[in-house]
Amino acid sequence: MKTSLLASDARTKKRNAAEARFKAYGLSAIVVAMLALAILLTSVLTNGLSSFQQTYITLPIELSEERVDKRGNRDPAEMARTTTIGYAPLLRDAIVAEVARQGLTTDLSDKDIAAMISKEAAATVRNRVLASPNLVGETLTFDLLASGRIDGFFKGRVTLETAALDGNTSPEAVMLAQALADAGVIETKFNWSFFTAPDASDQRPEAAGLGVAILGSLYMMLVVLFLALPIGVASSIYLEEFAPKNRITDIIEVNISNLAAVPSIVYGILGLAIFINFMEFNQSSPLVGGLVLTLMTLPTIIISTRAALKSVPPSIRDAALGVGASKMQSVFHHVLPLAAPGILTGTIIGLAQALGETAPLLLIGMVAFVREYPAAFTPEAGLFGEASTALPVQVYNWTQRSDPAFVERASGAIITLLVFLLIMNAVAIYLRRRFERRW
Amino acid sequence: MQMLTTPLLLIFALALAGYFLAKSRALQVAGGDIRTLVSLPNQHALSTALATAVPPTAAVLLFALYARLSQAEPNWFFALIIIGLGVTGFALSLIGIKTDSRARIYAERWILGLLIFASSIAIMTTIGIVFSMLFESLNFFGQYDWRDFFFSTTWSPNFRGNSDLGILPLLWGTLYVSFIALLFAVPIGLFAAIYLSEYASPRMRSVAKPAIEVLAGIPTIVYGLFALITVGPLLRDYFAEPMGFGQSASSVMTAGLVMGIMLIPFVSSLSDDIINAVPQAMRDGSLGLGATPSETIRQVVIPAALPGIVGAVLLAASRAIGETMIVVLGAGAAARLSLNPFEAMTTVTVKIVSQLTGDTDFASPETLVAFALGLTLFVITLGLNVFALYIVRKYREQYE
Amino acid sequence: MEDMTQMDRAMSTEQDIKISAKGVQVYYGDNHAIKDVDVEIEDKTVTAFIGPSGCGKSTFLRCINRMNDTIDVARVMGDIRIDGEDIYDPKVDPVQLRAKVGMVFQKPNPFPKSIYDNVAYGPKIHGLARNKADLDEIVEKSLRKAALWNEAKDRLDSPGTGLSGGQQQRLCIARAIATAPEVLLMDEPCSALDPIATAQVEELIDELRQSFSVVIVTHSMQQAARVSQKTAFFHLGNLVEYDDTDKIFTNPQDPRTESYISGRIG
Repeated sequence: MKTSLLASDARTKKRNAAEARFKAYGLSAIVVAMLALAILLTSVLTNGLSSFQQTYITLPIELSEERVDKRGNRDPAEMARTTTIGYAPLLRDAIVAEVARQGLTTDLSDKDIAAMISKEAAATVRNRVLASPNLVGETLTFDLLASGRIDGFFKGRVTLETAALDGNTSPEAVMLAQALADAGVIETKFNWSFFTAPDASDQRPEAAGLGVAILGSLYMMLVVLFLALPIGVASSIYLEEFAPKNRITDIIEVNISNLAAVPSIVYGILGLAIFINFMEFNQSSPLVGGLVLTLMTLPTIIISTRAALKSVPPSIRDAALGVGASKMQSVFHHVLPLAAPGILTGTIIGLAQALGETAPLLLIGMVAFVREYPAAFTPEAGLFGEASTALPVQVYNWTQRSDPAFVERASGAIITLLVFLLIMNAVAIYLRRRFERRW
Repeated sequence: MQMLTTPLLLIFALALAGYFLAKSRALQVAGGDIRTLVSLPNQHALSTALATAVPPTAAVLLFALYARLSQAEPNWFFALIIIGLGVTGFALSLIGIKTDSRARIYAERWILGLLIFASSIAIMTTIGIVFSMLFESLNFFGQYDWRDFFFSTTWSPNFRGNSDLGILPLLWGTLYVSFIALLFAVPIGLFAAIYLSEYASPRMRSVAKPAIEVLAGIPTIVYGLFALITVGPLLRDYFAEPMGFGQSASSVMTAGLVMGIMLIPFVSSLSDDIINAVPQAMRDGSLGLGATPSETIRQVVIPAALPGIVGAVLLAASRAIGETMIVVLGAGAAARLSLNPFEAMTTVTVKIVSQLTGDTDFASPETLVAFALGLTLFVITLGLNVFALYIVRKYREQYE
Repeated sequence: MEDMTQMDRAMSTEQDIKISAKGVQVYYGDNHAIKDVDVEIEDKTVTAFIGPSGCGKSTFLRCINRMNDTIDVARVMGDIRIDGEDIYDPKVDPVQLRAKVGMVFQKPNPFPKSIYDNVAYGPKIHGLARNKADLDEIVEKSLRKAALWNEAKDRLDSPGTGLSGGQQQRLCIARAIATAPEVLLMDEPCSALDPIATAQVEELIDELRQSFSVVIVTHSMQQAARVSQKTAFFHLGNLVEYDDTDKIFTNPQDPRTESYISGRIG
């Protein structure tokens, strides 16, 4: 029975159909994965990009002496007794006057008009006055934060319908805001304070910023870099170059690969038990966070460093040993510099992993609300011992708040975090491309 | 602490001084001609600096530990020992500088010691993990019956005491979420790996592979937020409510789906490695017999790679079980034994977070239970990891 | 009409020409691996391809069942016909082609399956057996033909990877002949085997000649002389000389062939 190659039989057709189906499954798996990535990024971007914009109300405010400096002696200590509550009437009068000046009429009470300004604004004015007491009595123009709902209106989060159902604002207030925006009193600007301001309380999402979180993350990355890199490189050198091949080395090796797969939350428990309960370091300090993240990143760094050392060919070591260098010299003078780009790349990737880690930080107390910038050094707490927060933890914190404006803030914080990670990974890729060597 | 840190700073200054003194003394001993020296001046310098600094630093660490254990503030006696150690090392090294002294060997011994110490940190971390959880867990089981912990089906902590702290509902939630995550991640990850390694053109691979790996670089908090603000409401509005499964946005399905996305790159990159390790000769043999590529993959490549793939899936499972942020934000907080995937359930990791970040007294069983939960989690994931790594390693050896 | 002329041409050529290649060119990326090769391979004959490493003999062999398709950068041009049918015709399914043109590789590559499943693999995917009894028969016949039956009949369920090197290679041959091919390509089938196993495989090749056209690539001139009736000598991608084996080894026409078989190049 001769069959021609030019005609495919029924069975081959069936098999080829199965082949095409199989290939389609593979392709759709990739499409699903890419789609998931696209949806994830789109979700974060659409929710979060607006946090980089912020609505401000520009108001001339008369810093009347009777309100802010009753004694009239311009003594900052004296003036500090006037709390933000004392400043609130100034703002109220200013915005009511501004509404009148623009010739706008409204049914809103003065109190409701004043509610368009953020509760944070009084503190802004007060800080300004306390910083330079001689401004008292003058009329100054301030860019004040609009309240979260007004901000939300200009970002499309609040509509007339939702405002009607909302106890914190009203359709009239929103319409008035629109009129003020048309008059140029209300403006939306780039939100620098998102990156510089500390966190704010539940009632004032418009004032909440990432300043402390970014600084705290930076401190922790410094701790991780200065501990994990040397320790990781040193232990890799020992394991790769010096360790005798025996049971103990085997145990260390299995141990390291297991540590790399231990859930991160377990490191949080370790940090809580050892660094906080036993060593009594401050809760939620960058020092403890950094130590925990160091232990967590160490396996990653060791694994990549060992791979980098392994990729340096033995001939280099032999050449160094051949001219009479000691084993130690051959490693430190020749192998290590050649492996450096690989080590650096691995370290950056380890740092990026540490930067995004949340769970262990929650356990060492970083859920706490931190309003103040931490100091890098204090005599009581030492280096990085002051309470702080971190970028991913800040995201978590904001997801736990009730005001929906914090969803925008959390997504904005995520975008910031992802940009940092993107930069770190780009640097790692650049280093790999630039210095990659094929033996 | 001042009694330890101040002497340590002094010692570091002394070590630095020792470095330069040793260098000049070596040159002086050599009479200006360094060829007469067995070891170079730099090596003498290094050896002196290390001999001055290392023993006191080790002593400081030991003393700090001792002070913590005995609850005593370190006193001047400790400071004296630290300074004494430093000065001894400093003096002995400087006096020992002769033309024929082998400073390089001493320096290298110190360095080797430091390297060994660094590698022991990995071991100490493991010991730290085990002990930190073991002690508090024992403490917990002193206050709460272990049988109730392991076999009770109710979890209802009560901060006035008298809590039910049964792990079973939490374990159920953990396993259910992980199962759904793997249900998504394993087929997608595996098929993606197969397509990329067997079918995709180099050009497509160069785009798709990094794109999938981007998913691996995204922190879990991002996935958590995604579950909370996008996937949860979506599943509720389009699946759970119309089909009458419930009204909860946080659910096993939400967390499982998002965790599945997170695990795709994990499964695919591991499977990719494993599939690539199957020798090309095996594929050639099958193709040469007239098998189609898919027949080759299904009947030759996958069976050959199976142990490795099983290992990869186990590693993914261990990661799913230990994952925290996605379930904290996506799965809910109610401990429940239910089969409905659209209901909120909770996991071991969620409860570790909530019990340890709550306001309860640290010594109460409601807080301490977190350590027992942590230990259970650690044991389960460790078991899975050890087993998976063993399988993967065995598999790699087969083709090396 | 064209079909008719094609048929005519196939009929008019000598009946026992199995494979005919004309003007075959192969490129690996920029590397011109096969340069303008013309060859006609007879049915029920063992044809040996010899030549120094990298001369293109394996590459050419892989063209005959289109195994080069699996290499992304390889491009094949020219005309290769089996029984007069152009195997690079777009209508030809390489899957069907490879069922017809079996291949045995340099290194024994049994699948990580049982001996039985290794042999049954091809018949199963091509649907050559109607039932289990059929399949058993094919497996037994193939193993007998490959001279492995006696050694393997009691351990058909044990993994094929557990056999010795020579047995593995005979298993691969059994696997290849189980699909009832018309041509069997062998790419240095003995290079990984010891002399005894080599002798067994060579004996087998001689027997296979009864039923197939066998093309074998070999490094060993002695082997070519022992097993083949026709020999082709490749050098730097060119087919230098193609003739009866006796003639090539006793009276080569081309000086390059002579230098190679006398050991001056290679």
